[in-house]
Amino acid sequence: MRAKWAHISKNLWLTGALFPLAVMIFGFELLPIMGMLIDSFRTDDGNVWTLGQYITALKNPYYLVAIKNSLLISLLSSFIAIVVAAFVAYFITRLKPKSQEAVLTYVNLTANFAGVPLAFAYIIMLGNSGLFTILFQRWGLDIFSEFDLYSWSGLVLVYVYFQLPLAILLLYPIYFEIKEQWREAAHLLGASDMQFWLQVGLPVIMPGLVGTFSILFANAMGAYATAYALVGSNYNLLSVRIGALISGDVYARPHLASALAMLLALSLIAAMLTNEYMMRRIRRDLK
Amino acid sequence: MKEKRTLHRFAIALMFLYLFMPLIATFLYSIATDWYDTVLPKGLTLSWYVKLFQDVRFVAALGRTLFACSVAVGLNIAVMVVSLFIVSLYLPKLERFLQAFAMLPYAIPGVIGAVGLIKVYSSGPLAISGTVWLLIGAYFVVILPYTYQGTRNSMRTVDLPQLVSAAELLGASKPKAFFKVVLPNILPGVMVSALLSFSVLFGEFVLTNFLVGGYYETVQIYLMRRMRESGHLSSAVVISYYLFVFCLSWIALKLGQNFKNGNSDNLRGKKYELPHYR
Repeated sequence: MRAKWAHISKNLWLTGALFPLAVMIFGFELLPIMGMLIDSFRTDDGNVWTLGQYITALKNPYYLVAIKNSLLISLLSSFIAIVVAAFVAYFITRLKPKSQEAVLTYVNLTANFAGVPLAFAYIIMLGNSGLFTILFQRWGLDIFSEFDLYSWSGLVLVYVYFQLPLAILLLYPIYFEIKEQWREAAHLLGASDMQFWLQVGLPVIMPGLVGTFSILFANAMGAYATAYALVGSNYNLLSVRIGALISGDVYARPHLASALAMLLALSLIAAMLTNEYMMRRIRRDLK
Repeated sequence: MKEKRTLHRFAIALMFLYLFMPLIATFLYSIATDWYDTVLPKGLTLSWYVKLFQDVRFVAALGRTLFACSVAVGLNIAVMVVSLFIVSLYLPKLERFLQAFAMLPYAIPGVIGAVGLIKVYSSGPLAISGTVWLLIGAYFVVILPYTYQGTRNSMRTVDLPQLVSAAELLGASKPKAFFKVVLPNILPGVMVSALLSFSVLFGEFVLTNFLVGGYYETVQIYLMRRMRESGHLSSAVVISYYLFVFCLSWIALKLGQNFKNGNSDNLRGKKYELPHYR
């Protein structure tokens, strides 16, 4: 009997020590998610259950365009970043191990440069009176006079910038799945570099490319600060719309914001799961 | 072969030029006296930095940022170390739940998190919106994945159960084993994740803007509000911010490499980076 009491009191003590973490996770993670989920199925006045918010989100041309723009910029910026990173990351693996480490350290350090500071830096460089804008004008480079940082192409340019370091860091380890012996064997059997990459190299790293692409996609879908700092609420992106609906730039509609946020969250979770699945296929060292 | 290596180096140099160009341009702008219709600045000066650090509003914003970040990171690390210690020793069944909840914030960018937090905390019994406490709570969740992974990995590296039973065998009580044996051993790894979390929070804009924007001006909010007013001053903000984060990440990286005995495998063996959603 005494042993049992000791057991129970010990468990109580242990559970008590876990209490602070449980409270924080419940209060600031689970409760808000549940609140948002419930809100998304309620009418604007919050009294009646409805699917209306989701219908608005998916039928109203305004929000539909926002979703489409977000998908487009995410796909495009991820695609450009992954193509460039596929080459650069491979080149890095060809350096001496010491240099590889140094290069990755610096790439890692630029990966932190995003959001408001990044948007500002691009305004300094390519804004209406930016350094390069003036430089190009001086040199009479008319091709660049058409460029507008505060438009679609400007936004893509900035998105690509913050996607590239992440893409390199994600792709770099994947190249180590291609064993040096395979390349030698292929060459001994008479394969050219091209043939090796097309028939051995690419198929091996393909799951890694797809997984990385999905992470980049999520990264761009969820981005807000960069776009907001650059174009304010003017550009129609999903994350910007959600922001406008809760902060009341026009007028607040938290229930519709909840439905849009749920849709965004679903797309992110889908991207994360794709990455998990793909990484399991390529990285046999992970369980 | 040699030709190829040159090509590789050239491509990598080009990438660095691209990645560092915004920083270089901003830096030059922050030390330029006047620079609007010339190719190069007319003169160089440090006066923008002097002005910035003499600006009461900026210093106050810096203080607020440091306060909110330190409290959130400190609280998170303390709670996480104790909880993971208990869970991995006594309640291994809970480990999967803890992992799920700790990794979930990766799927919640600030703009989604803000929707839920505003709903719960702007009215009713828990109306703490617009206060630093709501921000600290939100920050606490943002860094969960980093502190969880960092702490768990260091506990795995030192083989926690073995270490504790060895300490107990030598006559140490559980609390003594925790403070005198476990803590010093996991400290470098925990420090790495603390620094990383700190630099993530230092750059946080979205949640801050939605939750406390007007009431609690952090460095990021300050930058956002002033960037259209004075380009030179804002450049000084960006460079100061970046240097600070640069130092933090650099210390974290070096600390991490030493901790893992500095072989190049640690970058290769790293599970994977995940998005920051900026």
